[in-house]
Amino acid sequence: MNSNNLTRGKVTGIIANLVIVEVYGPVAQNEICYISHDGTALMAEVIKVLGDKAYVQVFESTRGLKPAADVEFRGHMLEVTLGPGILSRNYDGLQHDLDEMKGIFLKRGDYTRALNPDKEWDFEPIAKEGDMVNAADWLGQVMENSIPHKIMVPFNFKGNFRIKKLVKAGKYKIYDVIATLTDEKGIDVEVTMVQKWPVKRAVKNYQDKPRPFKLLETGVRTIDTLNPIVEGGTGFIPGPFGSGKTVLQHAISKQAEADIVVVAACGERANEVVELFTEFPELEDPRTGRKLMERTTIIANTSNMPVAAREASVYTAMAISEYYRAMGLKILLLADSTSRWAQALREMSNRMEELPGPDAFPMDLPAIISNFYSRAGFVYLNNGKTGSITFIGTVSPAGGNLKEPVTESTKKAARAFYALSQQRADSKRYPAIDPIDSYSKYLEYPELQENLKKDIADDWVDRVMMLKNILIRGKEASEQINILGDDGVPLDYHLVYWKSEVFDSVILQQDAFDKIDCNAPMNRQKFMLDKIYDIYYTDFNFDNFEEVNTYFKRVINLLKQMNYSVFESKDFYDFEKELHNIIDERKVS
Amino acid sequence: METRAFQKIYTKITQITKATCSLNATGVGNEELALVHGRLAQVVKIMGDNVTLQVFSGTEEIPTNAEVVFFNRPPTLKVSEDLAGRFFNSFGEPIDGGPEVEGEEREIGGPSVNPVRRMQPSELIATGIAGIDLNNTLVTGQKIPFFADPDQPYNQVMAMVAMRAKADKIILGGMGLTNDDYLYYKNVFEHAGALNRIISFVNTTEDPPVERLLVPDMALTAAEYFAVDKNEKVLVLLTDMTLYADALSIVSNRMDQIPSKDSMPGSLYSDLAKLYEKAVQFPDGGSITIIAVTTLSGGDITHAIPDNTGYITEGQLFLRRDTEIGKVIVDPFRSLSRLKQLVIGTKTREDHPQVMNAAVRLYADAANARTKLENGFDLTDYDQRTLDFAKEYSDKLLAIDVNIDTEQMLIIAWSLFNKYFSPAEVGLRKDLVDKYWIKDN
Repeated sequence: MNSNNLTRGKVTGIIANLVIVEVYGPVAQNEICYISHDGTALMAEVIKVLGDKAYVQVFESTRGLKPAADVEFRGHMLEVTLGPGILSRNYDGLQHDLDEMKGIFLKRGDYTRALNPDKEWDFEPIAKEGDMVNAADWLGQVMENSIPHKIMVPFNFKGNFRIKKLVKAGKYKIYDVIATLTDEKGIDVEVTMVQKWPVKRAVKNYQDKPRPFKLLETGVRTIDTLNPIVEGGTGFIPGPFGSGKTVLQHAISKQAEADIVVVAACGERANEVVELFTEFPELEDPRTGRKLMERTTIIANTSNMPVAAREASVYTAMAISEYYRAMGLKILLLADSTSRWAQALREMSNRMEELPGPDAFPMDLPAIISNFYSRAGFVYLNNGKTGSITFIGTVSPAGGNLKEPVTESTKKAARAFYALSQQRADSKRYPAIDPIDSYSKYLEYPELQENLKKDIADDWVDRVMMLKNILIRGKEASEQINILGDDGVPLDYHLVYWKSEVFDSVILQQDAFDKIDCNAPMNRQKFMLDKIYDIYYTDFNFDNFEEVNTYFKRVINLLKQMNYSVFESKDFYDFEKELHNIIDERKVS
Repeated sequence: METRAFQKIYTKITQITKATCSLNATGVGNEELALVHGRLAQVVKIMGDNVTLQVFSGTEEIPTNAEVVFFNRPPTLKVSEDLAGRFFNSFGEPIDGGPEVEGEEREIGGPSVNPVRRMQPSELIATGIAGIDLNNTLVTGQKIPFFADPDQPYNQVMAMVAMRAKADKIILGGMGLTNDDYLYYKNVFEHAGALNRIISFVNTTEDPPVERLLVPDMALTAAEYFAVDKNEKVLVLLTDMTLYADALSIVSNRMDQIPSKDSMPGSLYSDLAKLYEKAVQFPDGGSITIIAVTTLSGGDITHAIPDNTGYITEGQLFLRRDTEIGKVIVDPFRSLSRLKQLVIGTKTREDHPQVMNAAVRLYADAANARTKLENGFDLTDYDQRTLDFAKEYSDKLLAIDVNIDTEQMLIIAWSLFNKYFSPAEVGLRKDLVDKYWIKDN
């Protein structure tokens, strides 16, 4: 773009990171500008225009900034740079490479580039000269950490193009021209491996977006069995502090069967991000045997980093996910936590003196949240291949109260709800997902039911539905026992309670810190569920409630030992045999 | 604070509120310091030529023709080894009668550490208190508050932790400390002969409340100097963060901002995180560990201040009076150290995690037994034994007057298991029982 056409302006007002700029020309909502301060340029985004005044939120501290500082508008919105080399990177919320920054402390205006321009990639053409192509069509591919990274016609190209020239297989750098395309008017455009995309706009270069229908395994039993998430689905995890949100999200990020995992650490603790930095390069992906870091990109805007960039960080993560989805890949996008993002919106809305909505959040918060969640999904690409973005966000409700605006708005947008309960966390029943309050709407989708029947078992869905009833009845029985005393209820109550306890202890609870128990594949989950249903349908002989307690504690202990053993190993079967012996002790023949 | 030559002096204030005043001035930078009628103030808002200043000590008696001088810099602290052993006020001026500290002038509230330059914390901090070391082990680079009611002895416990922790420097940031508590800390530090490794920034209840907004930044700037430049292990004590948050709400209220939950500013989370996130482990050995106090009102942790704090810090410690033994204990149920997983069983003896969990589980059984007793149900023999165990466990391990090393804590725990239970009832892993269970005879 010609720099002479760019609008300029001058700072006239400063309130924390909201800066008011007098503009000398046209300016667009959400346009990016740079404010000169002491030889550095501070990046900012227009969030309101009033006459010749543009209100901009600065993505940095504004300390020392003075009125009359020069401002230059860039004529585009906040963009991500898309191309080979995004995987394994640690970015800040604006996609600057954190590892490239010098020094221990973050410096204002130290904007490092997102991609390495000097690295050479082995390019292989997919299309051929003379082909007609549209935006997002695949021209060729390079291998990025063993993942085939498609080089596409840039998403913002409108209309039909003919490939005039396409380079041969060989080594190229990302800014080398790899193709020349001719548009309908006969004008040639050159294409490199890099393209830019405004983060707040959804990439829609696909044919169709059906309802999700395929299970996405996470290895977490209480999710996969009881409230499954699907490829292209949306879920959220609200929970008070200390209820295990982060441990659960980390477990999902390690185990889920996705091709690529994008983690947006949005306004959370820096030490938690450090845990990812430290562990992911060491841990192996159980399916491919390669290091987890190779399939992961981390967007880190920790709670002490500039607030405005916190909002940008979730959009940056989403845009990167959409880019990889267009390559026909399965993406898992995790954001911890979307409440911090909402709080960032609140801070800005407050500074702009907008009339507040509930709890001083901006009025359009529900719309912003549902709009963001709607960018996830399963799609059929133009070439018939499929790709998906599964999005799971955590929510940190103020005071642990789920009736607050962020939780309520998210509940309307996300289809799977994993409520972490303080009570379960206190009694060390981890993961503390409340089995009764939580739900997955996907379980009601006939498309998914059909697949589950086909892939797992004919009666799988019925068994899962029934499990919820068993758990509710168990809870009721336990309440009765607590009120009336052990002796005050019929023996049957104890049986109802203890049978549900078996499901709870063995299926719902899972040790995230145990090497084996942490990750249970679907066939193993089915095996254990069937096993417990066998026990559930068995008639037992007991004389009094104390016998019931001690007996079921033994049963649970053995089932847990099975969970801790390698599936189908000798230990596993030995424990199973012992279990059968115990069952036979009390079985009514 | 000296004024310099060739400084422009403004004498026309256009607006005065309880905490702020405004005037027309040019060339002023955001967050810059100024002197208004001899009082320190900071720029909080600039609208064209109109500059709004927050006057730290309040605006009483400030006339519209008061002299206003801008410093052309944000608040700073002079850092050098000479800080050690000194007491300062919120502005970093000595209050111990000693000379001004010479050294490099650094802006307070500086930038954050690049997360990829951090190290995962892995060094244990021993305090001798089993309620902490055994159940809620602290690690360098951690940030953790005491959630305490105002009548609990949190300042005493914190002083004790500070004295026993093997830190190179201990930095006290006192906000709204009563004069008595300030003198208590001073006394403890002097008696321990530890004065040479202690630095204090103190705002007492006698000082204006808004001044205390500077205290944590002063303390943490000093901490960063010792941790980064000198590779030292620094422990920062911040008491009381609730009073800090109250000061934030006063200022935001005076600036006509819309309050969010519990009349706190909407930015409370970010404001607190900016401080707590200064806790860090550096690769070169230096570290900043923050132990803070958040006083609760009536034990309510859903209030905006403890709630936001809980989401930021790596756990929290609760104190409680155990009426059975008449002592204050570290509550094993509600207390949590999120980073303990990084050290227990690896930096401490292998049986630490299992022993810790088993003891707390048995203590929970005792609590259930007590409920049963209160509801008039009969106790079983096991219930009775858990009650006896709980009492001794509380007295020998949870009480805050315990001062032993971690290995001794484990030995005591095993001896209590042995005294009251069978190995099956304790439910520990078999190899640990074989190795550590005290054989009878």
